[in-house]
Amino acid sequence: MSEEPVTSVSSAARPRLPRGVRLVHNEAQGGWLLLAPERVFKADAISAEILKRCTGEATVEAIVDDLAKSFNAPRERIFADVTKLIGGLADRKLLELE
Amino acid sequence: MATNGSSLSRPLGLLAELTHRCPLGCPYCSNPLALDKRSDELDAETWARVFREAAALGVLQVHLSGGEPAARRDLEQIVKAARGAQLYANLITSAVGITAERMHALADAGLDHVQISIQDSDEKSADRIAGYDGASQRKRALAAEVVKLGLPLTVNMVVHRANIERIEPMVELALALGASRVEIAHVQYYGWAMKNRAALMPTREQVERAVKDVEMLRQKHRGHIVIDAVVPDYYARFPKPCVGGWGRRSLNVTPAGRVLPCHAAEIIPGLEFWNVREHSLDDIWRNAPAFNAFRGDDWMQEPCRSCAMKEKDFGGCRCQAFLIAGDARVADPVCHLSPHHALVEELAQVRADTAYAYRG
Repeated sequence: MSEEPVTSVSSAARPRLPRGVRLVHNEAQGGWLLLAPERVFKADAISAEILKRCTGEATVEAIVDDLAKSFNAPRERIFADVTKLIGGLADRKLLELE
Repeated sequence: MATNGSSLSRPLGLLAELTHRCPLGCPYCSNPLALDKRSDELDAETWARVFREAAALGVLQVHLSGGEPAARRDLEQIVKAARGAQLYANLITSAVGITAERMHALADAGLDHVQISIQDSDEKSADRIAGYDGASQRKRALAAEVVKLGLPLTVNMVVHRANIERIEPMVELALALGASRVEIAHVQYYGWAMKNRAALMPTREQVERAVKDVEMLRQKHRGHIVIDAVVPDYYARFPKPCVGGWGRRSLNVTPAGRVLPCHAAEIIPGLEFWNVREHSLDDIWRNAPAFNAFRGDDWMQEPCRSCAMKEKDFGGCRCQAFLIAGDARVADPVCHLSPHHALVEELAQVRADTAYAYRG
């Protein structure tokens, strides 16, 4: 995603996969995949970790905290990665923000 | 390239043509001119086995299509079988003949997504294209039902001379119906569309304008609706990477069980197709002669063989090479490097306002 997302992502938003979008792990196709309407996206390891946490319950803030702790990484950097991914996926109707 | 060894890629998608029966008569239908009979259709149990074999092969999504898939009374059972095999179940429908109750039952069966075709934003024109009075109203009503059920909706709009100047209102209509995605698909000339080519073909000016319209609408509606476009073949300089390369990403099962590398493949003479009634899908994917016919690049001639683009476009579409140049082994004539390219330019100039030959 080269362009900046048009969807703005607040810390309090609770992202979730909408109906018709599923995160699956498939050995034959080489790992994590996002199944969407008539499209399939490969999810890299970082994206998969973020998407697994998009349950509609956790806020963006909680997801960032969790990832920063789990991967012992700087919070600001994770926040930037998470909001960019979530915003970009929301633009493409692959995530919903509650 | 070895075709039976470990380098064989795995298919992602299965197009399941459940039936060729359809209430509509769209003149651009990609079904073959000779349709499979109802009495030859695979039963739901066989489809269930095909889905399990597809999943084992790596397939992730099944596109339940036709004809009109809802012409089958056992569609709910087929949807359940697809989900039971862990596949993403996509319904590609005309929406005509599906009641609100039936849509509810299909959603309960586990459907993941619905694609509804809409022929035009202008209702009179839409019904004329579909060859069915009142089709447009029914489609709009079912689209509303799909959205009400919380299922994601794609509106598919096939673009040709009769509607190409209404892309903007068509996208507005998709938005108003609550679609999250719209597919603007320029007609691809196979099957019935080939038969109606002169009546469907837009002008170059119309196509250029349409491409600009789509780009403008993408920017305008970014974040609200996803706009995917299927390119207008005959006016292109480079061919499309047809089905992501022959026998690489997808397979197609006809109502009677023949397995094809793409839905039009049966027009190519001399190909041997295998049937799921006699072979497992895995066996067909690896060994059926039709699947191995155009894998890799051994079959390629110049200008494809030494062209760097062959890794990206795989020489384009084999069916188109056969239909236009008379030989499935030559470069897709859409490519400006093809010695047959002038034929495509000539064919694009053949336009006639004759009545459509509606599909049977």
